This record gives sequence, structure tokens and C-alpha cells, in this order.
Amino acid sequence: MRSEIDIDDAVVEAPPNGVGTADPVPLSLQRTDGVLPGAAVPVLSVVLLLLLPVTIVVATGIGAVGIPADEVWEVVSARLLRRSPDVAPEVEQIIWTIRLPRVLLSAVVGAGLAVAGLCLQAVVRNPLADPYILGAAAGASAAAVAVIVLGSSAVFGLGLSAAAFLGALASLLLTLALGQRAGQVNSTRLILAGVAVGYVFSAVTSFLQLQAEPNQLRGVIFWLLGSFASAEWSDLAIPTAALVFVGGWLTVQGPKMNALVMGDDTAASLGIRVSRSRVWLLILASLVTGACISVAGGIGFVGLMIPHAARLAVGPDHRRLLPVAVLGGAIFLVGVDVIARRVAAPGELPIGIFTAAIGGPAFLAIMVRNNTWASGR
Amino acid sequence: MTRAELRSVDVVLGGTPIVRSIDLELVSGEVLALVGPNGSGKSTLLRTLYRALRPHEGTVSVDGTDVWRLRSVDVARTIAVVAQERPDDFDFTVADVVRMGRTPYLGRMARIGASHDRICADALERTGAAHLAARVFHTLSGGEKQRVLIARALAQEPSILGLDEPTNHLDISAQLEILGLVASLDGVTVIAALHELTHAAAYADRVAVLQDGAVVGCGPPGEVLTPALIEEVFAVRASVGLHPDTGRPQFSFSPLPRESNPTCHEHV
Repeated sequence: MRSEIDIDDAVVEAPPNGVGTADPVPLSLQRTDGVLPGAAVPVLSVVLLLLLPVTIVVATGIGAVGIPADEVWEVVSARLLRRSPDVAPEVEQIIWTIRLPRVLLSAVVGAGLAVAGLCLQAVVRNPLADPYILGAAAGASAAAVAVIVLGSSAVFGLGLSAAAFLGALASLLLTLALGQRAGQVNSTRLILAGVAVGYVFSAVTSFLQLQAEPNQLRGVIFWLLGSFASAEWSDLAIPTAALVFVGGWLTVQGPKMNALVMGDDTAASLGIRVSRSRVWLLILASLVTGACISVAGGIGFVGLMIPHAARLAVGPDHRRLLPVAVLGGAIFLVGVDVIARRVAAPGELPIGIFTAAIGGPAFLAIMVRNNTWASGR
Repeated sequence: MTRAELRSVDVVLGGTPIVRSIDLELVSGEVLALVGPNGSGKSTLLRTLYRALRPHEGTVSVDGTDVWRLRSVDVARTIAVVAQERPDDFDFTVADVVRMGRTPYLGRMARIGASHDRICADALERTGAAHLAARVFHTLSGGEKQRVLIARALAQEPSILGLDEPTNHLDISAQLEILGLVASLDGVTVIAALHELTHAAAYADRVAVLQDGAVVGCGPPGEVLTPALIEEVFAVRASVGLHPDTGRPQFSFSPLPRESNPTCHEHV
């Protein structure tokens, strides 16, 4: 669909019979910033930027006790300005202590997983990659479940978050090591390696699950399916720091990620130090993946779908993609978490069920849309 | 003009020597064709030139300086390449692809500005691909893709352009178009790995023949591409004629007569 629009544009803009070429820069080259005409790309980022706080306020109001948006805003602004809010104390309690940390955490994790997916897709030159496919989530979950079941002494005395982070890093680096041959990273091979690494870590997780005491099983299931049910303010620090650090770093890596997607040799000839860049991008992706999984468990498909949706909206240039993916991921996961806690109210369901239920069909749609994969290449 | 030189270059990949003590000098403004059988080291030699591969021994130098002593972006501003890889899994537009040629000129925070776009537009103009600017790259035909990738390389404003089998998978008309385009580029020295000896003879100023990673012949096509050398390197019988219009050499091939191989027959 996109190409048809672009072709029409090109036809309209082509100077008739090659005359009238006074303009030294062809209009067609200025007008090709993704589907939307040039200026609309920053507009989408701005729209999402405005939509995010609205989504957060609305999502915070939704729950067993419905709270109007103006009261939510009153509590938030009062807290930020250090005055006492003009609402009932129990309302303040629900908003500030229970709902807001949860909503903010889902926003940060959504943004973080989207960034990690975007980064990994560039690293392996494949739009179907995400932290799950490359085994990072399986590695993080295995390490976290080991801490839950065996205690931290089994994992070199590491805490849950540190173990999950190192599990993600170890599995991604293992995938990279197995996926390269003579220094060349073949993306098919890398994905196969990731699937294999994922299976091995899943086997570890399954084995540990059988060793678990009944009271530990709930924690294990949290890891496997993901949930924000126990979110607290203190959970926000690590993923937020990781998101800011990695997002900030990637902001200046756009041209590098674009060049990597072109292929190793082309990237090298464009002045990119390919192996070094690839290893660093993998470490950044592991950092933010590990940080997200350590507080939220294994939430799948966000890292696949959001970068893809962003690509459909603004094209594949990573400089335009990054802000759209970050904001889109945040808004998406806040929304899905509302579904997770309201569908079976007063009980709630793990959020991973819903991201997978939405993500599975989305994955198929992407695969069918992508000519080269659909044709079995 | 930029002068590039390979001196006693050895490349070993996975314990196997791929390129053996190659000396080669690029003459400014020429079209140099690398020919040789599959696995003779053409691509590997090119990859050492554009710094994708570090030679095991020897030096690759540009204007007398080892490319591994230069910053990678400085090499990228001198040597551009059209490799065999394609960004087909991502929906880059032609304009996106060509703009990537400006990567070595971008600072960390730099945006693609008007002056960069002008250079990209000129590059598309030079390769006759300006009308494709708004198209999605992976929807183009093979010949169109090649034109766009050459434009992307020209957007690097290189003085040396490397091409790895630029006519692969193209129909004959597209092959001639691409080779004609490459040979007509002004102010760019071209080094191209080619499979078709007739193409090499028709478009190159000089030909370097590779066999098992070593240069076994280098010079004007008419002098180097003799039936004897072709038979030795490619294991085919060649007869050389002259193209009726251009007077360049052209070749007809036939298999070598089958030699009886007693050790083989005994085991059958």
C-alpha cells in the first residue's frame, strides 16, 4: 500500500518530459520520509507525546473504584507540587500508592521492550527478531526462577534483578557467539541460535519449576507470564534508568543502525566498525531487556510488534523510529495492562497472556505482509 | 587523485589462505576488472580494500597510508562499495538508501540536511535513477536496485568505487546498462569483480586474473585474456574473437576434452 502511494506521488511530481528541472533538488527526494509527508513525522511523535500522559491519567483512573481523570490529575499535581490534594485520603492512597506506580512501570517497560526490539532487529538485520526470539527473555527468566527456587546463593549471591539482567545478557551473547561464523553474522543462523538458546534456558526453567515449593510457584508463574500486579515505586528505578541510558545512547546511533541493516560489508564501507557496534547494541538491548524483565517478568511480543507498527507509520529510518517506538510501546503496554486487570475483575490475569494473544495474530500479519518471508526465502 | 595500493596482501579465513601475497595498484580513473573462478579470492580481495577485512599480512594503502591507520570514516569517504547484500527485509525507500551514503559525513547528532540531499539527488541523477526516489527499494527490479546502490555509493563521494559482481542475477540488457554506467563514471576509479570474461574485456581498462588467491595475470584485456591463460585458470577451452563493433576481445568456450583419470576409474 505504501509503495502505491509513493509511486503516485512520484508520478505527480515528475517534471513533464524532463523539462522544468530548474529546482536542483527533485521534490520527490524531499518528500519521501515514510508514509507521511515530511513534516508529519515529528507531528506523530508530538501526538504520541501528548497522548502518553493522557493515557496514564485515564489508566490510573480505571479500576475496581473508578476515579475521574480530574481527581487523578489533582493527586498527581498536588504530589509533584508538594501540597496536600483536594480528594479523599483513600482516593489518594489508591492513586498514589497502588495504581500510579503500576501504570508508570507498565509505560517504562513497554517503552523499554520496544527499544530493545528495535535495537535487536537492526543487529540481526531481521524485522522478525525480538528479545524472545533471540533467547534473552528465556535466559532472564531462567536466572530469575533460579533465584526464586534455589535462593540467591545458587546464582553467585545475586538478587533477582541482577540475576535476570545477567541471564538476559548471557543468553544474548551466547546467541551472538553461536550465530556468527568467521566473524560474519548471518541473520538466519543467529535466529536459529537464539531459538536453540531459548529452548535450553526454557528447559532449565521447567526443571527448576518442578523443584519449586508450592509457595514459590506463584513467583515462578509471574516470571513466565509477566505481571505488574505487585508494582511499587521502588520497582521503577532500575528500568527507568536503563531506558533513559539506552534510549539516550540510541538517539545518536540512528545512522549506525541504518547502516547495519544494509549489511555488514556495506556498513563497514560506510565507516561503521561492524563487530564493535553490533556487540555494543546487543549489550544495550540486553541491559534494557534485563531491566524490564527483572520487574515485569516475561512479557512477549511488545518488542516485536511496536517497532513494526512504528515502521509502518514512519518508515525504517531509525532516527525517526526511536521516539515513535518508545512512546508507542509505553502507550500500548499501559493500555494492555488495563485490560489485564479489568477483564477478570476482581481477579486479574498475567499481562503476557494478552500481549501474546494480540501479538500472535500481529506476527502472522507481519509475516504475510513481508514478501521475502512469505515467498519462503 | 587518490592512489590505492595492495602490497603483499595475505588473507587467511578459518585457517585457509584465501588471498596469497597479492600486489595490485589502482591507476587513477581506470576500470579494473577482477576475474577468476569461484573461490579464487575476488570478493575477499575487494573486502580488504574497503576495510571490511583486515589482511593477515601486507598492507592496503590509500595515498601511501595504510587504511588501518586511518579513521574508518576517512576510508569511507575515499572508498565506496556495492557489495552483494540487499536490505530487502526492511521497507527502505530509494531515498532512504541513497541517504545512507552520507553516513561517513554525519556527526553524531547531525541530521540529513539540504546539502546532503542535493548530493544524494545528484548521485541518483548520475545513475539514471532519479525517477525511482520515492519507490520502496525491495520492490525494484534487479537492474534498478543496482543503479540505486551505485547511487548510494556515489553519495559517499568516493574516489574509488568497488563493485562485487554487479551483474549477478541481471538480464543481459541490465548487465550492459550497469557496466556501461560504471565505465562512464567520471572522476572515479572502479575495481569490479566480474564473472563474464567478455564483459571484463569490453568494459575494463585492465584485467587482473586471480587463481587460488594469487594474481596470475594483470594488464589490458587483449594481452592478458589469452586462450592459454583462460584454459589454465578456468579449465575451459576458449577461442578469442573480436567484437564486430568495438574491436574488443570476446570469447567462446567449450569444455576441455575429458581426460581419462585411471585412479578414478579403478574405484568405480
